[in-house]
Amino acid sequence: MAVATIAAAPTAIAGGTEADTRRYTAGATQIIMGLVMLLGFGLGTRTAHGASTTFGMTLVSKQGTHVPDWVFPARPVIVALAVVVVLLGAARLAVQLPRRWRLIGTSVVLFCFTFAFMAWSAADPKGGERLILPSVLDSMVIAAVPLVLGALGGVVGERSGVVNVAIEGQLLFGGFMTALVGTATHSLWIGVIAGVLAGALMGLLLAVLAIRYLIEQVVLGVVLNLLALGVTGFLFKSLMQTNQNSYNNLTPFTTVRIPGLASIWVIGPVAFDQPLIVYIAVFLVMLVHLGLFHTRWGLRTRAVGEHPAAADTVGVKVLRLRYRNVMLGGAFAGLGGAWLVGNVGNFTENMTNGKGFIALAAVIFGRWSPFGALAAAALFGFTDALASQTSSLQLPIPSDLLTTLPYVATLFAVAGLIGRVRAPAADGKPYIKG
Amino acid sequence: MSDRLKRILAGIGSANTVTVTVLAFVLSVVIGGVLMILSDQHLLSQWGYFFQHPTDALSGSWDKVANGYTAMFHGAVYDPHAKQALRPIENTVVDATPLVFAGLAVALPFRAGLFNIGGQSQLIIGAVCATWVGFTVSAPMPLHVLLVVIAGMIGGALVGGLTGLLKARFGAHEVISSIMLNNIALGVLAWLIKTKAFHDPNRQDAISKPVKDTALLPAIHGSSPELNFSTVLAILAVLLVWWVMSRSTLGFRLRALGSNPDAARTAGISVSRNQVYAMLLAGALMGLVAVTQISGTLSASHAMTTTLDNGIGFTGITVALLGRGKPVGVALAALLFGALDAGGVAMEAATTPTVPHDVVTVVQAVIVVFVAAPKLVQEIFRLRDVRRGDIKGSGTGAAPSVAPATAVDSAAEAV
Repeated sequence: MAVATIAAAPTAIAGGTEADTRRYTAGATQIIMGLVMLLGFGLGTRTAHGASTTFGMTLVSKQGTHVPDWVFPARPVIVALAVVVVLLGAARLAVQLPRRWRLIGTSVVLFCFTFAFMAWSAADPKGGERLILPSVLDSMVIAAVPLVLGALGGVVGERSGVVNVAIEGQLLFGGFMTALVGTATHSLWIGVIAGVLAGALMGLLLAVLAIRYLIEQVVLGVVLNLLALGVTGFLFKSLMQTNQNSYNNLTPFTTVRIPGLASIWVIGPVAFDQPLIVYIAVFLVMLVHLGLFHTRWGLRTRAVGEHPAAADTVGVKVLRLRYRNVMLGGAFAGLGGAWLVGNVGNFTENMTNGKGFIALAAVIFGRWSPFGALAAAALFGFTDALASQTSSLQLPIPSDLLTTLPYVATLFAVAGLIGRVRAPAADGKPYIKG
Repeated sequence: MSDRLKRILAGIGSANTVTVTVLAFVLSVVIGGVLMILSDQHLLSQWGYFFQHPTDALSGSWDKVANGYTAMFHGAVYDPHAKQALRPIENTVVDATPLVFAGLAVALPFRAGLFNIGGQSQLIIGAVCATWVGFTVSAPMPLHVLLVVIAGMIGGALVGGLTGLLKARFGAHEVISSIMLNNIALGVLAWLIKTKAFHDPNRQDAISKPVKDTALLPAIHGSSPELNFSTVLAILAVLLVWWVMSRSTLGFRLRALGSNPDAARTAGISVSRNQVYAMLLAGALMGLVAVTQISGTLSASHAMTTTLDNGIGFTGITVALLGRGKPVGVALAALLFGALDAGGVAMEAATTPTVPHDVVTVVQAVIVVFVAAPKLVQEIFRLRDVRRGDIKGSGTGAAPSVAPATAVDSAAEAV
């Protein structure tokens, strides 16, 4: 503790008033969250009359041991959590905590808030309503995978200085080719490979037009998204809709159960009984993290993204590296598209429906780091899952508004209210030698 | 032959604005044609035995593409067999009208160095305000329409202004905050449409109450109800934006901001305030798109649906690019895209097997790619570099980007 305080002292002095402002904002926000929990959730009508919360703990769709429902009295638990949050907020407001404690405090606050929300939504005096926790987590995983893969695609491109707004188009085209090739070859996995290649091809198109022909990259991304939407929509209507069986009919992914780990209480069936691509996505996050921060490729990528002229001076091939990274990013996004198709077994028009843009938000929210992108994607996936799973519980908060929460959070993040985000310095700037 | 004419003739072969735009259109039509051939199973099988009977594949493909584009032309420009020969042109104008507003809404902040990708949210909130005024307020005919128009503009301007404010006050990049606002607006729309205040009690599906008849934009002449007063508004908007950008003090400040923000600041121009102004105006223009969708005669229901934005917010970006950020250019680009849209719908109805109108989206996207990359067109057609004084406006032809230099820089800051 003493060491932590000493370490924090210089930053507190250097931070000056800005650190103070942020402390007040964060502390006040947390206290408000606590009061919302107390008055809205804990003492509201939904938890009155000794209502109890029922959490289902068994994922019916997957094999695993049956875990009995978790039932607890709603009001006392929520009130207790609210008190914890208010106290943490007050502590944050009162003293300048070291960075690690701030992080732990924020995490605890977020967890308490989410838990209180879920407890409130599943509270019922008659005990009939229930929220199945593993189902929420399972939907979260399914929703997060394309976001993680798309965001990884954004991270590798943008770290080397090429903005990728075309993630949406790469997801869409990857998904389309997965359905087309997979059905033609009667093999989902050949389809997945085709999807990855299709994403890489879209990446190459982006790279050539941005790097060689110097089209403004944000604009280019928007236009490429339109192109992908047009091409896939056209071919979907002219080929797939008329002849579903020969162009757009796949057997969806089957889950791969990891023996032992999949039997873990509640978490096991969610985390270790998923299709192969889920594991690949997590593996890729770790691989890109290692690559970016612990290899020569990563050092060069970051150098090119921050100061291409300097990197060029020491002999790094700036443009070649950018081409490679943008194509690699496209391949990641293509895999995300393959997931969307392989998960349901067919392609539908505009099936990405803005997921690529959310992945872009995950890139920024995750501060251009692979694990940050994973966390952001998980957060977006979780709110999405929570909104869909609680939609049958007749909450006074409409699920449509609940789904906008991550975007509101990102808006606050980019406005610097949660903490400043900074892009790679050369992101979006073409490099012209000489 | 006069010198001037010689210069113009010499200029045709160089990579100037006009030549590049025309060739970009030609290339996009070719690519659209290839897509049509690729989508036809029968034709693909003919290409399979190309070396035995090359004529089968060639004539079949030619027929397919020619029929498609002929049907498009008939739907968009002139149909010799139709009873009303001018009807296709009217359809084109009707489809072009919202695109004019949307294109201006992107072009105007573009000149000030801001990229407006938030058209979707501005349009949606504009529509929410316009629809609400449309079915709650009771007012006589011209006043009610005026109120709806103003409400739509205010709704759009609020969202646009918020984007500008977030940028000016907190340094939040407009592209990211716009994408977030788009998603938030979609959620708000999905929610609002189900609430008692908005949902049409006579309908099961997600649709709002229709606006009153007094809130509808009047038709210009009786024989074609689709062509309505919004087209007049669009022409006024083009003139107004032209005047603001090239004749007013505000326009001067915005352009100064777009070409060099540091110099503008040094000259005493408030960067943050003018950024907010630019986005307010852009949002108001996007709100007018909403008015054409709700109070126009394009959709028969005159009500909000969850798909009311219909991608127009994003199409506006391509229109602005094709129009090179100039008001008149935007109007011409909107006409071209309107013709493609109207033609695409007609083509889908007239061809067997059906050629889906999505090919239009491809053609639009491809034109913009080529227009934005004049160097690419120059390489494909082996055009000469632009020489000074070839033809008017030639200097801009070979420029790599239609966006002001600072748009590129500012886009880089946070994306």
